[in-house]
Amino acid sequence: MTALDEIKIGGLGASRRRVEDNRFIRGKGTYIDDIVLPGMLHMEILRSPVAHARIRSIDTSKAWEIPGVRLVLTGDMMATRNLAWMPTLSYDTQAVLATDKVRFQGQEVACVIADDPYIAKDACEAIVVDYEPLPAIVNPTQAMAPDAPLIRDDKENQADNIAFHWQVGDKEGTDRAFAEADVISKISLHYPRSHPSPIECCGSIADFDRATGKLTVYLTTQAPHIVRAAVAMVAELPEHMIRIVSPDIGGGFGNKVPVYPGYVMSILASILLERPVKWIEDRTGNLISTGFGRDVYLDGELALRRDGRILAVRMHTTSDHGAFFGDAQPSKFKIGLMHSAFSCYDIPYAYLSATGVYTNKAPGGVAYRCSFRVTEAMFFQERMIEAAASDLGMDPAELRRINLVRDDDFPHRTAWGFLTDSGQYGRCLDVALEAIGYEEFRRQQAQAREAGRLLGIGISTMTEPLGAGNSREYDILGIKMFDSAELRVHLTGRAILRTGARTQGQGHETTWAQIVAHELGIPADDVLVEEGDTDTAPFGMGTYASRSTPVAGAAVAMAARKVRAKARKLAAHLLEVSEEDVEWELGRFHVRGAPDRGVTIQECAMAAYANMPDGLEPGLEASAYYDPPNLTWPFACYVVTVEVDPETGVWDVLNVVAVDDCGVRINPMVVEGQIMGGLTEAYAMASMQFITFDAEGNCIGSNFMDYLLPTAWETPGFELHEVVTPCPHHPIGAKGVGECATVGGPAAFVNAVLDALKPFGVRNIDMPLLPDRVHEAISRRRDVSGAPPVRTD
Amino acid sequence: MSPLFEEIIEEPASADVPTRRVAITVNGQRRVAEVEPRLLLAHLLRQGFKLTGTHLGCDTTNCGACTVLVDGKAIKSCTMLAVQADGHEVTTVEGLASMSELSPIQEGFKDEHGLQCGFCTPGMMLSATAMLAENPNPTEEDVRWALSGNLCRCTGYQNIVKAVLWAAAKMRGEEPSHEGAA
Ligand code: FES
Ligand code: FES
Repeated sequence: MTALDEIKIGGLGASRRRVEDNRFIRGKGTYIDDIVLPGMLHMEILRSPVAHARIRSIDTSKAWEIPGVRLVLTGDMMATRNLAWMPTLSYDTQAVLATDKVRFQGQEVACVIADDPYIAKDACEAIVVDYEPLPAIVNPTQAMAPDAPLIRDDKENQADNIAFHWQVGDKEGTDRAFAEADVISKISLHYPRSHPSPIECCGSIADFDRATGKLTVYLTTQAPHIVRAAVAMVAELPEHMIRIVSPDIGGGFGNKVPVYPGYVMSILASILLERPVKWIEDRTGNLISTGFGRDVYLDGELALRRDGRILAVRMHTTSDHGAFFGDAQPSKFKIGLMHSAFSCYDIPYAYLSATGVYTNKAPGGVAYRCSFRVTEAMFFQERMIEAAASDLGMDPAELRRINLVRDDDFPHRTAWGFLTDSGQYGRCLDVALEAIGYEEFRRQQAQAREAGRLLGIGISTMTEPLGAGNSREYDILGIKMFDSAELRVHLTGRAILRTGARTQGQGHETTWAQIVAHELGIPADDVLVEEGDTDTAPFGMGTYASRSTPVAGAAVAMAARKVRAKARKLAAHLLEVSEEDVEWELGRFHVRGAPDRGVTIQECAMAAYANMPDGLEPGLEASAYYDPPNLTWPFACYVVTVEVDPETGVWDVLNVVAVDDCGVRINPMVVEGQIMGGLTEAYAMASMQFITFDAEGNCIGSNFMDYLLPTAWETPGFELHEVVTPCPHHPIGAKGVGECATVGGPAAFVNAVLDALKPFGVRNIDMPLLPDRVHEAISRRRDVSGAPPVRTD
Repeated sequence: MSPLFEEIIEEPASADVPTRRVAITVNGQRRVAEVEPRLLLAHLLRQGFKLTGTHLGCDTTNCGACTVLVDGKAIKSCTMLAVQADGHEVTTVEGLASMSELSPIQEGFKDEHGLQCGFCTPGMMLSATAMLAENPNPTEEDVRWALSGNLCRCTGYQNIVKAVLWAAAKMRGEEPSHEGAA
C-alpha cells in the first residue's frame, strides 16, 4: 500500500486548476441577469438628478399610461407598508424610496415595473418630479460648519451633520510620550472616495409565490444569510419562508455586502404583483448609489526618538459617510478597524479619535477589498512612517526595520489592544529588498538625479487583521461573526460540501475541496462544493474582509475532522480492532503496528451506509460552526520603483515586488491570483481611480469614461515572493490574503513617487497621483492636497 | 433556403411600435428575429437567443464584457444595434468550443488562471481570439494593447496575458510554456 500523494489528489498546496472555470470559459455561468423565470417582469429605478432637495411632488400619471407598465412605486406608497426606510448595517436608517427629501445625487425616487426593461426605462422618464433645491454639502468641512443645513432632518435628536464621534487608546500615555519625544512628525492626508466597481453590477429577482407563501430572491450578495435575516426583520416575513440565492457573482469587493433599496423594491413589487420581478442595475446606478469605499481624512502624528524608535502614535480621522451611515462593519467599531494601524510595529502608546459626518453624497463606506477601514489604516500608517523617515533624515527601510515587531516577540499586544500572533516581518522585508535590489537602486537613483531623471522607490510593510471575527468582538447587526460548513460523504466516497460563505471569484469550489482532500484523503475531484442558497447552506456570515479561509475554511477542516472521527469507528469495526488500535494516514486507517491491514476512507463511507456496527448511527456527515479564537494576521511587504517624467508629471512603474506571508497556502495559484488582483487595485487607487463631486454635489465619476479603471495596458507586471509562517490557531495554518495587496499596496506606489520627488521638497501628494497633481508638485515645489478647500464665504 | 429555425422575440410592446426582421448567423446557425430598431445586439443575443455568455458591465462601451466577433472582428455588442448585425456572422463565447473540444484560448485561460469571477472572461477571450487571428505570434505588449478595451477587476491582467500567450503558442503548434509573460 503506497501512501497517497496529497498534491496528486488535489490537497493542500496543489495549484489545482479551478473547477468553476469549466462553466465560465464556456459562457455557461449563471449570473443574476442570466436567470429568467416564467412571467418575469422588469424593474427600473428613477434616481434623483440633484444632491439635496425637498420633493414637492411626484407625478407618475404619464408613466402609468405607457402600455406594458404594471406598477409604479414611490416613497409614499412604500411608506404605507412601512418600507420607505430601512436599517443600515451600522444602526442607521436609509431611505428605500425618498419621501421628504433627496439627500444625494442618484438617490432612488421611484421605480417602474414593466413587461420589459426598455418600457420600464421609458416610463421612468415619463415621471415628473418637482424638486425644491437645497444647498449641497460635499465635504466634512462644510458638514461641520456651524450654519450648515441639516441633512438628516428625518432623525429625531439629530441637530447637526455628525454621524458619530469615537475614540480608542491611551490618551494620557500618548500625550506623555509626545511630550518626551525628540522629533514629532506630522502629516495630513486624504484617502479619496473610491468605488469597488465589480464588472457585474448589482441586481435581484424577487419571486413571491402566494400559493406557498414562499419568497425566493436571487440576489447579487456576498452574504446571503445576512440578507435573509434583514429581509425577515424589515419585511416582517417569516424567516423559513424566505430563500435567498446568490448565483454566480461577477465580482464583489465589498460592493455586494449591503442591502440596497433596489432589492427591497423588487421584493415588494413581486409581493404586490405576484410575479417574479427582476432588477438589474446599470453602471451609472452602481457608481452613484451603491457602497463606495474610503473618503477619510487624517491628521496623524508620530512621536519619535532621534534614533528612529517610535514612542507613540496619534491619529484623528474625519470620515465622509454620505447621506446615510451605511458602513458594513462590526457594531462596536465606528470607524472599522482603523485602530489596527501600526500593528506590525512595536509602539507603546497610541490614541485614535474619529469623527464621522453626513454629506450629500452616496452612502456606503463598504470594506472595498479590505477589512472594515483597514485599507485606510495601513495607508495612513505607511505614509506616516515615510514622512517620519524623511523628517529624521533616515532611510525608510531602516526606520521600518528598527520598529517592526521581532519574531520572538509573539504573541504581541498592540497599543490599541489587538493580539498579533505570528510572523517573520524582518525576513519579509529582507526578501523584498533583495528582490528589488534596494542598494543598487539607490545608487542608480543618485546617478539618475545628477542627469535630471527622477527615480523613486517606495516600501510598504504591514500586517492586518483578517477573518472577522471571534464572536466576542465581531458582529453584524448583533449576529456574531462565525462561519460554518456541512460535509456529507456519500456511500461511494464522493462528497458534497456546503458552507455559509459565498465565492465571487475567489475559487471556493476548488479550494474548499482541497481542504477536504487534505483532511480525509478524498480526492478533491470527488468533492462538490455548493454555496449561496440559504435553503441548503448552513448559516454563515458570508465572504468579505478576507474571512472565507480564516473562518469558513476552518469550519470545512473541522467538519472534515468530525467525519474522520466517525470514520475511525467504522474502520475499527471493519478491521475488527478497538478504536484505539486504529491509526490514520492520508485517506486510510490501518491497524497500529500492521500498516498492511487497513481500510480506505471510501470503504468506511460504504460501511456507514451498508455495514455499520450495532449502535452506531448510519451515515457519514458532519457540520461545524467555527468561531475563530482570534483574527489572522498576514504580513506583507510591497516595494515599487518608478520613474517620474518631470516635464509632464507622468510616472511609470518600473518594478513591483510583493512578498506575502499568508501562512499555509491552500492553492498557491489561487493565492497568487488574489495578490495580483489586489496589487492592481492598489495601483489603480494610487494612479487614477477616485470619485469626486462638484460643489453642487454632482458625482464626477458616474461612468467608466469618468471613473478610470486601469486596463491591461497601464497595469504593471508583478513579481511575487512568499514567506510562510503558519497561523498558530487556524486548523490548517492559513491566514486571509484576498485583500492584503489592496491594503498594503497603495502606500508603496505613493511612497515611490514621492521618493522620486525628494529633490523638490515635496512631502505629500494626495491620491490619486494624477499627472497634473505630480506636475504641480514639481513645478511649484509644494505638496498637493486632495482635501477640499476650506470655505471662506 | 429554409432557415435552421425561426425565432420570433415575444412582442410585449403595443402594436404601433415598429419592428424589423433580422437574420443573423450566430455561431454558425442562421437565426431570425423580429426586433425593435432600438434593440441592442447584446440584448438580442442574451434575451432573444438565450446566449447569456455575452455579459454587460457598463453603458458606455468601456468594459468590453459584451465583446463578440462580428465577421471575425471584435466589437462591443452593447454599442451595436441588432439591426446593424442583419446579414452578418456573429461569434459569441458559446461558439468558441466545438462540441466538447475547448479552443486553445479557453484552455489557456483555465491553465494560466486567467479568470476569477469569470464575468469579463467571455469578452476577454473573444478580443484575444480576434487578435490571434491577425497576429499569431504576439509579444506581451501586443496582447496588453489588444486587450486594453476590456476591463477586469479581479485578476490584475498578468495571468490573462499569460493565458493568451499560452494559446498563441499552442495554436502555433508549440508546447505552451508556463512562463509566458513576465
Ligand atoms: S457592456 Fe461595457 S462595453 Fe459593452
Ligand atoms: S475575472 Fe472578474 S472581472 Fe475579470
